[in-house]
Amino acid sequence: MSILTYISGWPLLAALLLVFVPANYRVIIRFVALAATFLSMALAVDMFCLFRPGTSGFQFEQQIPWVDSLGISYHVGVDGLNVGLILMGAIVGFAAACCSWEIQKREKEFYILLLVMTGGILGAFASLDMFFFYFLHELALVPTFIMIGVWGRGERKNYATYQITLYLSIGALIALVGLIALYLQSGANSFDLPVIIKHVQADHHPLAVKAQDFIFPLLLFGFGILVSLWPFHSWAPLGYGSAPSPTAMLHAGVLKKFGLYGLIRIALPLLPDAAKSWVMVIAWLAIGNIVYVGFVAMRQRNLNLLIGNSSVAHMGFIFLGIASLNLIGITGAVFIMIAHGFLAALTFGLSGYIFHKAGTLEMHELGGLCRRLPFIGTALLMAAMAGCGLPGFANFVGEATVFFGIWSEPALRVVTVPAVWGALVIGAVYMTRAVRNALHGPLPKQWNELADASHLWRQLPYALLLASLLVFGCFPKLLTDKIQPDVKPIISMIAPTPAGVMPVALNSPPAPSN
Amino acid sequence: MNASLMSLEISVLGLGLVLMLADLFMAADRRQFLAYAAIAALGALLLASFSGFGSCGLTGTAFHGMFVEDALAVFFKRFFLIAAILVLFISAEFSDRISAGISEYYSLVVFALAGMLFAASANNFTMLFVSIELITITFYVLTSFQRNQLASLEAGVKYLILGALSSAFMVFGIALIWGTTGKLNFNELAAVAAQHADQKIFLLGVLLVVVGLGFKIAAFPFQIWAPDVYQGAPTPTTAFLAVGSKAAGFVLLLRVLFVALPAVALHWVNLLITISAITILYGNLCAIPQRNLKRLLGYSSISHAGYLLLGVAALAGTIHDSTAGGAAILYYLAGYLFTVLAAFAVIALVVRQTNTGDVSDLAGLNQRSPLLAATMTIAMASLAGLPPLAGFFGKFLLLKSVIELGPVNPGYYCLAFTALAGVVISLYYYFGVIRAIYFSREAADLSPIGISGPAKLCLWICLAGIFWLGIFPNTVLNLAVEAAKVLGS
Repeated sequence: MSILTYISGWPLLAALLLVFVPANYRVIIRFVALAATFLSMALAVDMFCLFRPGTSGFQFEQQIPWVDSLGISYHVGVDGLNVGLILMGAIVGFAAACCSWEIQKREKEFYILLLVMTGGILGAFASLDMFFFYFLHELALVPTFIMIGVWGRGERKNYATYQITLYLSIGALIALVGLIALYLQSGANSFDLPVIIKHVQADHHPLAVKAQDFIFPLLLFGFGILVSLWPFHSWAPLGYGSAPSPTAMLHAGVLKKFGLYGLIRIALPLLPDAAKSWVMVIAWLAIGNIVYVGFVAMRQRNLNLLIGNSSVAHMGFIFLGIASLNLIGITGAVFIMIAHGFLAALTFGLSGYIFHKAGTLEMHELGGLCRRLPFIGTALLMAAMAGCGLPGFANFVGEATVFFGIWSEPALRVVTVPAVWGALVIGAVYMTRAVRNALHGPLPKQWNELADASHLWRQLPYALLLASLLVFGCFPKLLTDKIQPDVKPIISMIAPTPAGVMPVALNSPPAPSN
Repeated sequence: MNASLMSLEISVLGLGLVLMLADLFMAADRRQFLAYAAIAALGALLLASFSGFGSCGLTGTAFHGMFVEDALAVFFKRFFLIAAILVLFISAEFSDRISAGISEYYSLVVFALAGMLFAASANNFTMLFVSIELITITFYVLTSFQRNQLASLEAGVKYLILGALSSAFMVFGIALIWGTTGKLNFNELAAVAAQHADQKIFLLGVLLVVVGLGFKIAAFPFQIWAPDVYQGAPTPTTAFLAVGSKAAGFVLLLRVLFVALPAVALHWVNLLITISAITILYGNLCAIPQRNLKRLLGYSSISHAGYLLLGVAALAGTIHDSTAGGAAILYYLAGYLFTVLAAFAVIALVVRQTNTGDVSDLAGLNQRSPLLAATMTIAMASLAGLPPLAGFFGKFLLLKSVIELGPVNPGYYCLAFTALAGVVISLYYYFGVIRAIYFSREAADLSPIGISGPAKLCLWICLAGIFWLGIFPNTVLNLAVEAAKVLGS
C-alpha cells in the first residue's frame, strides 16, 4: 500500500467509523476527526520529506485495477506537481478540523462530511487516473453544498447553497465531458494518465488539432468555473461568505486548486496546440480576475466577502502562470497554488473566529480588534500582508515567479503591467483598508468583552498555517526544487523545440533573497 | 420445440396460480405470509438462475424462434426477478392499506413479472404483443387496486384508456410490418428489412410499434400518463411500474430496433437524439414545481427514460461497431432498480395516508427514523448521479457512449450537453427532497416510525445494491457487456 493511500484513506475510514458512533459522544467524534486528519498530515509531511526531487516518473505509486474493460484503475502517485499540493491539503485539512469547534449543532454529521471532503480531495490530488481524479473530487465537492446548506450563516444562505451547487455542478460536468472526450480521442483505451501520455508520445501523433480545439475549452471552462475564473467567479464570494469557516477553509484552500491542477496535469501536456492558441484568452481572463475582482474587493463592506473576492483575485495569478506556458511561469503557478491554499485557509479561519465571537463581519461595526484579540489580530494582519505579496511569505515568491515567467513571453508583456499593478496596488489597498477598519482604530464599546484565542488548541491551526506560509516563503527552494524537474516534461510536450527563453531558467531557480 | 427453455416462466406462472389458490386456505390476518412465501420462491428462482440450474443456464430458441434465451434475456430476467422480490417486500408493508384481496395483489404482481420475463425473451412481434398485454392488463388492475381511493381509480382509468390506445397503435404497426414484409420473427425480419427500408408503409409500421413502446417507457411525447398514474396508484404498483414496466419497454425497444430492424434504426439517429433530449428536458423541468413525492418521481422517471434513450441513440449510430450504449443502458437500469425501489420503499413506509404524500411529509424524517432518512437521501443522491453511488457510474457510461459518437455526428455532442443540463436541473429538486428531510423548520408529526424486519431487509438490499454498483461496477458491467453483445450480432 502506498503512503498516498493512507493519506487519503485515514480521513475516509474515520468518516465511515463515525457513522457508527452515537451522536452524543461529542468528545469521541472530535477526537476521531482530529486524529485522522493529524495522521494524514503527519504522513503527508513524511512523504514530502521522503520525496526525491528530479527522479523521473512518479513516486509512491500504487495501482489497483478497477474496471478493466474501460481501462479504469485506482492509480496514485506523486511527482513535483502534486507533492506540495498534497502536503498543503493535509495541513489545511487538519487546521480545518481544529477550527471546527465553532460547530455546535449536528456535530457528528459535520465531521463526517468534513472528513469525506478532506479524504476525497487528497485522493483526487494523488490520482493519476482521470476517472478517479474526477470521482474523488466530486466526492469531496458534494459535502461542500450540504455543509453550506445546513451549517451556513447569513440571510442569503439558501440562495448561496443553490447557487454554488448548480454553478459548480455545471463546471464539474463540463470538465467531465472534456475528460471523457479526451479519453475517447486519445485512443489509448485507458483513463490512466501516464498511459495516455505515453500513448500520445510514442506514436508521435498528438491528438488531432481539431479534437484539441474542441476539448481544451471544455476543460478550460469546466475547470475554470471550479476555480472561479472571471467571469465565472460570482459563486465564490457569496458561497464562501455563507459557508461555515472549516468548509470555506477547505474549499477555498484546497478544493479550488483541483481545477488548476487538472489544467496543468491534463490539459497542457495532452492538448498543447490548443493551449497555445488559447493563451491570450486565458491571460486576459486572468486580468479580469486580478483587476476587476480586485476592484470589487475594494468595495466590500463585509470582511468575509472581501476575503472571498481577494481569493478569487489571487486565482488570476495562477492562470497567468499557466498562460505563460514556460518553466518559470508554471512553476510559479504551482507555487501560488500551494501558498494560496495556506493563505485562504488562514484568512477564512481567522474571519470565522471573529464572526463566531463578534457575530458580525461588517467592517464598519468592527474596529480596534487588535487590542482585544492580539493573537487573532496579528495573525490576520500577517495574512493580509501575505495576501498583498509581502516578501517573506510564500505568496510573494509565487507571484514574483509568475511575473518573471510572463515577462519572458513577449506576447504577454502587455498583460504583465496590469497584473503587477493589480497585485501591488489594488491588493494593497483593500488589504490595508480591511486591516485598518477591522483591527485598528477605536474599539467600539460592544467588543470590550471579546476573548482572544488563548488556548493552545485554538491557536494551533492558525500558527500552523502561518508557519507554513513563512517556511515556504523563506525557503522556496523546498518547493521549487521539487516542482521544476516535473514541469520540464510538460514544457517539452508543449514546445518540443525549446524556445530561447527557457534554458536560462533551468539553472537559476528564481529564489528571491530573503 | 424446447419447453425446458421456459422453465423459469412456467414456474413463475405456477407460483402466481398457487398464490391465488392459497388465499382460499389462509386466514385473513395471516395473508402477509403469502408475500414472504412468494419472495422466498422468487429468491430461490433467482439463485437458481445464477447457479446454472433451470433455463437461465441455457441458450437457444423455442416455438419456432418466437422465444429466445440469450445473454440479454437472462440479464433482464434476473433484473425482473430482483425487482419483483423488492416490490413484494414493499407490498407486504403496504398490505394494511389495501382493504380487500391482498393475495390477488401479490399474484397479480407475479403475473406481471411473468409478462416481463416473456418480454425479455420475445423474438417475434406476436410474442412482443402478448407479453406487453400481459404486463399492461395486470397493471390496469394493480393501479386501481385501492378501490376506495378516488385517485387510484382515476389513475386506473387514465392508464387503461391511454394504454389501450398505445396497444392499438402497436397492433396496427405490427400489422403494417407484417403486411409489407410477411415476417414477424425478428431475425427473419432483419434479413429483409434493408430492402424495405425506404417503403413508407413499412416505416409507418415500425414507427407505430416504437410509439407503443415509447408509451411503456414514458418517453416524450407519450409521457402524459406517467405523473397522474404514478401519483394515484398504490405505492408498490408505482414502484413496479417505474422499474419493471419501464425496463420491459426498454428490452423490447432494444430488440425491435437493433435485432429486428438495425437497418431502420440507422436512419433514425437524429429522431432518437431529439426524443431523448426533449424527454430529459421535459421530465426535469416539469419535476421542479412538483410538491407531491410520487408525482415528482413520476416526472423524474420520465427524465430517466430520457437518459436511457441516450444509450439507444448511441446504439443506433454504432450498432455494427460497438454496443457500449447497450451495456450502458443495462447498467443504468440495474442502478435505477435499486435506487427507485429504495425511494418507493421509504415512501410506502412513511406516507400512511395515500391522499397526501407531499414532499413536506418527509419533514423531520431524520428524527423519526434515521435509517429511512439516510435511505431516501442516498436514493435521491444516486438518482441525481453523485458518486460513489450507482447513478453516477451509470450516467458516466451513458455519457461516454454518446460522446464517443460526437466526431461522427455533432448532434451527439448537443445531446450530451442537454443531458448535462438535465442533470444540473435535477439537482435542484432532488436536493429539495433532501432538504425537506433534514432542514424543515416545523414538522407536524415526530412520532418514531417502526420498521418491520422484512422492510429493513428490503432497505438494506437496496442500499447495498446502490453502493455496490457505484463502487464495484466490474461484475455487473461485464454481465451487461456480454448481454449487449446480443444486439450487435
